Amino acid sequence: SDFCLFPADIISTVEFNYSGELLATGDKGGRVVIFQHEQESKNRPHLRGEYNVYSTFQSHEPEFDYLKSLEIEEKINKIRWLPQQNAAHFLLSTNDKTIKLWKISERDKRAEGYNLKDEDGRLRDPFRITSLRVPVLMPMDLMVEASPRRIFANAHTYHINSISVNSDHETYLSADDLRINLWHLEITDRSFNIVDIKPANMEELTEVITAAECHPHQCNVFVYSSSKGTIRLCDMRAAALCDRHSKFFEEPEDPSSRSFFSEIISSISDVKFSHSGRYMMTRDYLSVKVWDLNMENRPVETYQVHEYLRSKLCSLYENDCIFDKFECYSYWFFAIMTGSYNNFFRMFDRNTRRDITLEASRESSKPRATLKPRKVSTGGKRKKDEISVDSLDFNKKILHTAWHPKDNVIAVAATNNLYIFQDKIN
Amino acid sequence: MEVNVEARRILAVSISKLYASRTQRGGLRLHRSLLLSLVMRSARDIYHSSRESEESSGAHSAPEEPMDTSSSPGEQARLSEAQHEPQPALNSAELAPEEPDNAEDCCDSDITEDKENLSPTKQSRKRRGKASAAPDFLPSKRARLEPGEERYALMSFLEFFHFESRIGPSGGPLLAHGPHVGHPCLKGSFYNS
Repeated sequence: SDFCLFPADIISTVEFNYSGELLATGDKGGRVVIFQHEQESKNRPHLRGEYNVYSTFQSHEPEFDYLKSLEIEEKINKIRWLPQQNAAHFLLSTNDKTIKLWKISERDKRAEGYNLKDEDGRLRDPFRITSLRVPVLMPMDLMVEASPRRIFANAHTYHINSISVNSDHETYLSADDLRINLWHLEITDRSFNIVDIKPANMEELTEVITAAECHPHQCNVFVYSSSKGTIRLCDMRAAALCDRHSKFFEEPEDPSSRSFFSEIISSISDVKFSHSGRYMMTRDYLSVKVWDLNMENRPVETYQVHEYLRSKLCSLYENDCIFDKFECYSYWFFAIMTGSYNNFFRMFDRNTRRDITLEASRESSKPRATLKPRKVSTGGKRKKDEISVDSLDFNKKILHTAWHPKDNVIAVAATNNLYIFQDKIN
Repeated sequence: MEVNVEARRILAVSISKLYASRTQRGGLRLHRSLLLSLVMRSARDIYHSSRESEESSGAHSAPEEPMDTSSSPGEQARLSEAQHEPQPALNSAELAPEEPDNAEDCCDSDITEDKENLSPTKQSRKRRGKASAAPDFLPSKRARLEPGEERYALMSFLEFFHFESRIGPSGGPLLAHGPHVGHPCLKGSFYNS
């Protein structure tokens, strides 16, 4: 089976910015790589422009917590863009403990003709300066600079799993296993703790926070999911500490499907609001569920991602795959996309209820070629072109995918490779 | 019984995972540890309930009490010498979470009892080795987590082992359960490498 030669290159998060012009990826080595959408070529107007590398920078470095004798991984857990307010772009990137606000700006001009220093930067001999001149801005090769503008540190005892920018564009929340903090983007030395589920006695711990997201329009509302498969919606107007939820979403367990691993597979790995804010979707190990915020007792839709794995949970537990945290993404909530194994990813059309399985791999996707739908055979007889469950490569997992906010363009991270697929225009 | 065999296998796999997670880069992951402990508890419960249905009533001196799956991880745990052979250990195990040795030593050697976590009516057979526990005020060179987190991780590990009731002075079975006070001697002890 395949393994990654450079583990630091494994992509750990993917996110388009608000316009879709930029696509950011974070990796296990703490680097952020930003791709930019090139304008459509005049020669080939029927093809969309490509995404090319725009900027690369080291966001986080490995650190050591001397008090606890623990290494802090530099892996980027999440990247979230801020809405663009001027020519520069801002994004938040986080590892397990520290969130950073990065400013990405372009520089295509340089001042030349300084009085006190020459072009090399060396100071000029003052006696040689006989006249005064005004420096002139000259064009230069485009340089993209990334600089850390804020560092939000020391607020999380446990491992950060989510960050989410609020609709007020001034605050954002960060969530770890037991706590959620609210930050102001300008203030780094303080954050408000808004959720704390740490029990007084840690032995009584039964669930942890797995993901959190701000409501897209109501800046006082946010949700967080748990390892027990529940989602809590909280209103920050109700209390300073939102330990008591306003809404509690949970689907009753099906007693017939109970197994050793029922609890693990019900743990929610991702939660995302719809654009309207009326719905949300959650990803657990085997399915994606769509919830109506007005109905707490069960989801309105459930999509099976890879139900054929239900009978293999024991081996997936042994090889650790059962702990994989898949994300989900939607395109205006018409379609839902999520990853699976063997470099497969799944797309569900909410209107027609059709679903498709596609593969992100070099062998199966030549540039400009149409992706062929794949099928996993679950019965005894395997048809031609189908792949049997036992032949699936569980090392090739697609955990992170993103959908362009406006166009039919998707980014799929397959281990250390990034695939960008787009619709043909005609 | 097949379920029994599978339960034991899952327990063994879970323990090795919990061990491996101690040395994982980035420290112990609370979410993962919690999920491991849940699986271990399910497997343990199924293992014990399947054993109960197999055995006759008078086979053991200390009858087992099936544990509720929704109960907290804070139930009293017993360590057995043979962690790979839970069956013979079930009758003789006692608590020993306080030595600063690593968990392997705890399993292999004689067990000391955790006085603090016993219910008041329990008799403690052995005295706690206070001298061997690292005092809190000294800096510990061993990898540490939050005090509660460590305790939690250790309890997850101990979860595997059978919680057994003992005959108390009244002659009836006693249950060890309920929330337990944090055990200061555990600080730094679990992660001795």
